[in-house]
Amino acid sequence: MSDAAIPKPTSGTQTFAGKTGGRIGRRFRELSEAGELGLIAYITAGDPSLDATGKIVLAAAEAGADVIELGVPFSDPVADGPTIQRASERAVRGGTTLAGVIELVRSLRMHTQVPLVLFSYFNPILQMGIEKFAETASAAGADGVLATDLTPEEADEYRTALHARDLDTIFLVAPTSTDTRLALIAECSTGFLYLISRTGVTGERASLPEDLPALARRVRRFTKLPLAVGFGISSPEHVSVLGGIADAAVVGSALVAEIEKAATVNAAAGAVADRIRALKRAAREGISKRSA
Amino acid sequence: MSYTANVVRERGRYGPYGGRYVPETLMAPLEELERVYAEARADRGFQAELDSLLHNFAGRPTPLQFASRLTEHLGGARIYLKREDLLHTGAHKINNCLGQGLLAVRMGKKRVIAETGAGQHGVATATVAARLGLTCTVYMGTEDMERQRLNVNRMRLLGAEVIGVDAGSKTLKDAINEAMRDWVTNVRTSHYLLGSVLGAHPYPMIVRDFQKIIGEEAREQIQRAEKRLPDHLFACVGGGSNAIGLFHAFLGDSSVKMVGVEAGGRGKSLGEHAARLAAAEGFVGARPGVLQGTYTFVLQSANGQIATTHSVSAGLDYAAVGPEHAWLAEQGRAEYTAVMDDEAIAAAKMLARTEGIIPALESAHAVAELARRAPKMKKDEIVILNVSGRGDKDMETLSRYV
Repeated sequence: MSDAAIPKPTSGTQTFAGKTGGRIGRRFRELSEAGELGLIAYITAGDPSLDATGKIVLAAAEAGADVIELGVPFSDPVADGPTIQRASERAVRGGTTLAGVIELVRSLRMHTQVPLVLFSYFNPILQMGIEKFAETASAAGADGVLATDLTPEEADEYRTALHARDLDTIFLVAPTSTDTRLALIAECSTGFLYLISRTGVTGERASLPEDLPALARRVRRFTKLPLAVGFGISSPEHVSVLGGIADAAVVGSALVAEIEKAATVNAAAGAVADRIRALKRAAREGISKRSA
Repeated sequence: MSYTANVVRERGRYGPYGGRYVPETLMAPLEELERVYAEARADRGFQAELDSLLHNFAGRPTPLQFASRLTEHLGGARIYLKREDLLHTGAHKINNCLGQGLLAVRMGKKRVIAETGAGQHGVATATVAARLGLTCTVYMGTEDMERQRLNVNRMRLLGAEVIGVDAGSKTLKDAINEAMRDWVTNVRTSHYLLGSVLGAHPYPMIVRDFQKIIGEEAREQIQRAEKRLPDHLFACVGGGSNAIGLFHAFLGDSSVKMVGVEAGGRGKSLGEHAARLAAAEGFVGARPGVLQGTYTFVLQSANGQIATTHSVSAGLDYAAVGPEHAWLAEQGRAEYTAVMDDEAIAAAKMLARTEGIIPALESAHAVAELARRAPKMKKDEIVILNVSGRGDKDMETLSRYV
């Protein structure tokens, strides 16, 4: 861990890191103008193979996903529930590496301009080297990075390196985050803020937590960045009410479960696309940001 | 708004190692734990209650026994054994569990969660939970449940819920993952009673502070017995809590050499051992990295996937090592070495027959390294070895070799 010079924190009101405006910031501006809730799709890369993930991502983008998070599989995913744990295990067993996922980004960029976020635990990034990671991920066409087990306190070098390559640094905020922490996280984030809807691991749940609207309002006091809500969001019913609360919904385990169930890659891509269309319809027809 | 990251970074670091790498949900609870611990430390009432439990419930102080027959058998240095195996529940783990149990009560948490490898930390946690009236859930790899069945039954008898973890190598690392998932879910009502000098800050500091009584006692006891400090300390290192517990009181005494003994398992290639700091002996695969909240030496692939490990001893069978040990190793203040499964078994047998003590297989690793070195030491050199636990729990494994 180097003691690199501490950068001056970027302003919390900045919505994109890039000089000309990143894909993430642009997409959120379009959504905002349309008064529409965004849909962020999480997919574990390499489950069942990187080729398959490529096809599934293109299908998801085609079906209307506004941002796609590519999960970098890790041997010890402490923040994930059983569905993503199993996907991660399959992908690691299949030999998926962070370098391989970045290669996938490069090949996806020949076909789609959908914003792509790398969603990883910190150790694979650290082993590649933070500088090299920032350089290759940016060159491949990634737009942002979220490291699940990295908070701003430990992220000086990471933020410097990523911002220098115009990559957004997306951090998590949680129901347990104190106001002091919300202020720090907002200050260190670009692109959007990812709000964990409840204490717990990833995975589908029957209903949204009752205190979610109050939590989202509390977070908004500290940032003008778009707010994406994840953990336990799976159904059109969930999404249809989120428009009044957030700027985007993150759906992960429900999609990963479709991939797990599907017999073929085409079936997986089809099932994910169907899910996303249904969710996107709910996002458009539910409580919109404008009416909220 | 002021930027505080640099200030925060100062804390919880041992040189470059340590820190706090957890999902955001756990950050505020870790800050709370740090604050409550600082208050407790300054509170004489807290210390008095802990001292009373350590004395009347756990059985402190433990003896520092001169091992006359082992000394004669090895034919070198004078060997003293710090008898943590005589503590209630059979290992040093109870020292930390009592301390953290009182912290849980102080925080108003009614439930404790623990991981366990050999089962000693699980048993100690279940025991303290019963004593303090807390509910207790223990996560344990299914392979460890098989090889430490006696401890599973003890925990259940004490009223704890034991949940088998069937992921990864089905050992300690996987149990910690599952305990962290439980904690992140039930963080408002539960305290994670982590059992070693691992995990995110402040755990390595808190666990060390509750274990350093081992060395503080031993330092006084050896000065009474020999009128001087020891020349060598030996302890096994899984996460490293019994070793740091013995070493800490002697860190300022430059004449005292320290040896931490890791599990060499059955071979030097990745996956065959749990030697994180003994790379000089040819054990492959350890590099600095982040696992389960801390930056330290971790057995892993080039791509940063955590490796599986092997040891005959469940308590040493873990891919990372406490960050303070990584720093002691880097400074050369302590030396780290590894012994193989069969050497540890032989050492357990030797200690049983020379001193009438059946050590835990974990502690037997330290005995094995001592057996290599003691014969080459001068007769007036003094060694203290920490017998961190007793071997009753290992009888199924040991009986295969009798």
